Amino acid sequence: MVNEPVSHEVLARVVREHAGRLAASLVSLLGDFSAAEDLVQDAIEAALQRWPVEGVPDLPDAWLFTVARRRGLDVLRRESNYRAKLAQLQWPVPPRPDERLRLIFTCCHPALSRSAQIALTLRVVCGLSTAQIAAGFVVPETTVAQRITRAKKKIAEAGIPYRVPTPEDLPGRLREVLAVIYLLFNEGYLSSTAERAQARDLVDDAEWLAALLAGLAPDEPEVIGLLALIRLHRARGAARFDTGGRLVLLPDQDRSLWDHEAIQAASALLVRAARRHHRPGPYQVQAAIVACHAEAQRWEDTDWAQIVVLYDMLLYLAPSPVTRLHRAIALQYVKGPEAAMNELKDLADALKHYPLLHATHAELLRALGRPQEAWEADERALKLTANPAQQALLEERLSWP
Amino acid sequence: MKYVLMFVETEQFAKELQAMGELERDAAFEAVGRWFAEHADKITHHTHLAPVHTATTMRLQGDSEPVITDGPFVEGKEVVSGFAEIEVADLDEALKIARSWPACPVMEIRPAS
Repeated sequence: MVNEPVSHEVLARVVREHAGRLAASLVSLLGDFSAAEDLVQDAIEAALQRWPVEGVPDLPDAWLFTVARRRGLDVLRRESNYRAKLAQLQWPVPPRPDERLRLIFTCCHPALSRSAQIALTLRVVCGLSTAQIAAGFVVPETTVAQRITRAKKKIAEAGIPYRVPTPEDLPGRLREVLAVIYLLFNEGYLSSTAERAQARDLVDDAEWLAALLAGLAPDEPEVIGLLALIRLHRARGAARFDTGGRLVLLPDQDRSLWDHEAIQAASALLVRAARRHHRPGPYQVQAAIVACHAEAQRWEDTDWAQIVVLYDMLLYLAPSPVTRLHRAIALQYVKGPEAAMNELKDLADALKHYPLLHATHAELLRALGRPQEAWEADERALKLTANPAQQALLEERLSWP
Repeated sequence: MKYVLMFVETEQFAKELQAMGELERDAAFEAVGRWFAEHADKITHHTHLAPVHTATTMRLQGDSEPVITDGPFVEGKEVVSGFAEIEVADLDEALKIARSWPACPVMEIRPAS
């Protein structure tokens, strides 16, 4: 035993490293997702209570396993067949291949709602407690608990399988998993709720999940694309907020604060995946766009022409009004504010509730020397965002003379 | 596991079916027949319902006389037009069968006992 005070980060890391593995092997053993998950959760709760006091044990996996097993023998008294299975288990359990991939696919099954997929993945694969998930998304704990209970019930009663999808189903199912990780990242990166601007833990979990998935499914370039995307964003994290917690926009960021080593590593990862597989996808292209920004020494060095080309590619692979907006933002640096403004016209309807549309509009209007209309557009943006950092930025712009 | 696939027709689909020529409609029916033949080993039972305008709804209310009305119990643009009961290993297998269904555009898949 190491009897040092255990930091929150260390605790989260150790739990995350082992919880999913334990869940995966218990689901296989018991053949019951819900029962296995309950046992793992109990073990995690015990660890979260005791490890900060007693220190992290030398073999955290053995510790969690022992607690889960004891708990199982206790709780599953009536389920004699589970008890028999658990009773036969001894540490160390025979090594098995990493089964967390099955776990991830079950948690992200399309027959579950998106919010259930997210809650379940965080809890089962990352080992977060219900309270931690609730804090991450700023929703009541009972809401998260209910989502998880319902999802586990659906898995059992609707017959959602515990296995890696067949090759013909794999592309669609993988998209589902990537969407869950990406949403998790976005929620952490720029939280949509009023409570705080950033939720670092969720970004951490998203990166960890993407890396895990990349290890488990090495032949899927889109997984690498998502991992690179997350890492490229994270590498610039230190410059995104000023000391007062205000959001700093890309042109104003202090680029010496960026983690250039991490940027290089993530770019190299992306290039390797692209060269090896020749299967471009939306995440790889998005990562390439972020890499273009990250590799520019100064704002003035940004290769906007290349960025517009990449947005064209992204629109071809995954058309969306938000992507068209971002392309328009890039276009203003290649063809000027007037051209960008023309692009926004078609988007006014689809994105009328999207704050960035109005903020972009304001910027273009200012560039075109129409300050009054710019002010009105900024005001529309302010009304639409709940993020405190975005609000502060817009309020500052509105106070300009 | 046993699942029931509920075939759901939409107004749009009904219109398309109406607009078809005889040959086209024959081909559509043939595709449905093929689907049933291809999955015959999994399909344990199936029913095709008569159009919704033939439906009668009865509301039983305790001791008083039941209320009988013309029409389905929910009026909607999407109506269940038939059922197939299948016996497969899990939801993924049920979804796989459902995916190859060649006719009406919506399907509800529910475990059954």
